[in-house]
Amino acid sequence: MTWLLLLEQILNGVQFGVFLFLVSAGLTLVLGIMNVVNLAHGSLFMLGAYYAATVFGWTGSFLLAAVVMVPMALLSGIAIEVVALRTMYDRDHMDQVLATFGLILFFNESVRLVWGAESQPMPVPDFLAGSVEVLPGTPYPVFRVAVIAVGLLTAFALYLLITRTRVGMLIRAGASNRAMVGALGINIQLLYTLVFGLGAILAGLAGMMAGPLQSVEPGMGEDMLILAFVVIVIGGIGSIRGAMIASVVIGIVEVVGRSILPFAMTGFMGEDAAQTAGPAVSSMLIYVLMAAVLFFKPEGLFPAKTG
Amino acid sequence: MKASVALTAAVAAALVVAHASAQDKEIRIGFINTFSGGASIYGKHQKDGVELALDHLGRKMAGLDVKMIYGDDQRKPDVGRQAADKMLKKDKVHVVAGITWSNILAAVQRRVIRAKKILISTNAGWSAMAGKNCSPYFFSTSWNNDQTPEAMGHLMNQLKLDNVFLISANYQAGKDMLTGFERFYKGGVAGRILYRLGQRDYQAEISQIRAVNPSALFGFVPGPMGIAFMKQYRAAGLHESIPFYSVFTIDYMTLGGHGKAAIGTYHTSYWNNSSDDPVNRKFIEDFKEKYGYHPSMFSAQAYDMPMLVDSGVRAVKGDLSDVKGMILEMEKADFKSTRGKFAYNTNHIPIQNFYRREVRADANGDPEIVTTGVVFENHKDSYYETCKMKW
Repeated sequence: MTWLLLLEQILNGVQFGVFLFLVSAGLTLVLGIMNVVNLAHGSLFMLGAYYAATVFGWTGSFLLAAVVMVPMALLSGIAIEVVALRTMYDRDHMDQVLATFGLILFFNESVRLVWGAESQPMPVPDFLAGSVEVLPGTPYPVFRVAVIAVGLLTAFALYLLITRTRVGMLIRAGASNRAMVGALGINIQLLYTLVFGLGAILAGLAGMMAGPLQSVEPGMGEDMLILAFVVIVIGGIGSIRGAMIASVVIGIVEVVGRSILPFAMTGFMGEDAAQTAGPAVSSMLIYVLMAAVLFFKPEGLFPAKTG
Repeated sequence: MKASVALTAAVAAALVVAHASAQDKEIRIGFINTFSGGASIYGKHQKDGVELALDHLGRKMAGLDVKMIYGDDQRKPDVGRQAADKMLKKDKVHVVAGITWSNILAAVQRRVIRAKKILISTNAGWSAMAGKNCSPYFFSTSWNNDQTPEAMGHLMNQLKLDNVFLISANYQAGKDMLTGFERFYKGGVAGRILYRLGQRDYQAEISQIRAVNPSALFGFVPGPMGIAFMKQYRAAGLHESIPFYSVFTIDYMTLGGHGKAAIGTYHTSYWNNSSDDPVNRKFIEDFKEKYGYHPSMFSAQAYDMPMLVDSGVRAVKGDLSDVKGMILEMEKADFKSTRGKFAYNTNHIPIQNFYRREVRADANGDPEIVTTGVVFENHKDSYYETCKMKW
């Protein structure tokens, strides 16, 4: 493995990390601010991809798909919050897990009924097709660059929203002391609904950016959900900054580990065994990392109740 | 009191007679497949193939009504085994068929064979069923797992490809695919990667492949993993410089999800979907009309199952107690298959042709699968010599 390839793999890791951030940003907001474990975050990811794929298929415009996806995801999120989650705030996490797990099954079957079990078409849009040369002799897909751009813009927008706006201030206050904010005359219920809606938009955005590079199908969000939970546990629940840093670290560990380990292990265990064991060991790396972080910093790297 | 006892006995006797005659009038076929969860598409394509075949048979076999009992295995071996138990004990089926996954076939097969009922795999190509676990009660309307990658290895020899990169999934079937491929492929191997089952992002693997710069890529990347891989492979621009040759990755089942990303790729399959054989054409046309989508090879395999059973039932003139008579007839493969005429090997695995298929753009620019040549004629699996049939 050459240095250039290693550099490219690190870039791949960063890109995957930024994508992970998109997936986990909404999850960490909802868990950190509303104290709700939302397993249905993966379903919102899936719905975002389906809304975008459908509009993209009808109109051929990826931008229009994005414009339609955002309010659709917001409405879906609000509907979930109002119908299913509102009664769950004061109950313990296991009840929330059970309720939102039920939502996963509900949405997977609903999607299957509406769109069918087969994978939906969603190609890379023409204006984001092709590649750019990021390193000498290393063309890189433009769409992946776009994923990085969307991820960074999202992080910046969230930072501004939470630290620089009145709504952000209320959100932080609500996270610290829900009852007090309510007593001061703020409609905390509405605020929570909005936060959940924002989480839904973030999940939908991640799903939309995943669609052109993955299979748009029922249950597509569930694999992502596991990684997203690892991210927010490492990053510190509720912390956007923590989610960003943890995502990139996990992305690099995951991608670079996967590409280096089979080579590294060939040195002492023979090629066949290394080819089998390498991917298996590399898939454990991020969980080892999570265990280590939890051991030294049980609250995560950036424990933050206030974003 | 006495009268009522007599009456009850008479009613009971009548019911017994009615039940017995009902048994004689129908053949019950249990069909186990994945009908729920992420892989339910496999069950749907096969069930639709079965139902179309029954339409074509007029829903009768040698005058007997056909009763289908569908069982969902949820892609879990233990659930599949429970479904088989229920079919054998409660529904008293004559045939158990279906099954997409090798591990579920492994869980189901012994029960059905011990009950001396006919077992027909419409997909799962577990190698043990072709060799040491073979049984007269077992038939396949699909293939042995190794055959399709064997054909790909042979195709690459024919194309004089050398320095090929291999990518497959890190589990048993994934390794079997490479074994089958390398049993025939004679050229050099540029490198190999075993990716994680369920993986969604392949950019790291794609970077590695580009760094090695092989002349071609051979891959086994089934289902949604394959759709993700192909989209990312095309986004990276490798589809033109390093052509992709696959098995069980691109088919009409996944083609909608692949979209244009699949254009320009090659794969091998037992099913010549472009064949002008009238059985094949009628199957494709009627299927598209009834269900509104293009049948996949899974549908074609499943379509053959009722046809195979029908040939057996007709040979024994509807006497379903003559299981041996049915089996002896079914061994002749004397029915109208979508793959044309073929023979059964001594292990009841088809001896069949394997074809080269390509994905091209049709007149509208949409992808279509075209069969462009024969790779193997009458290809036998690699296990039949280890099969000792025991009744």
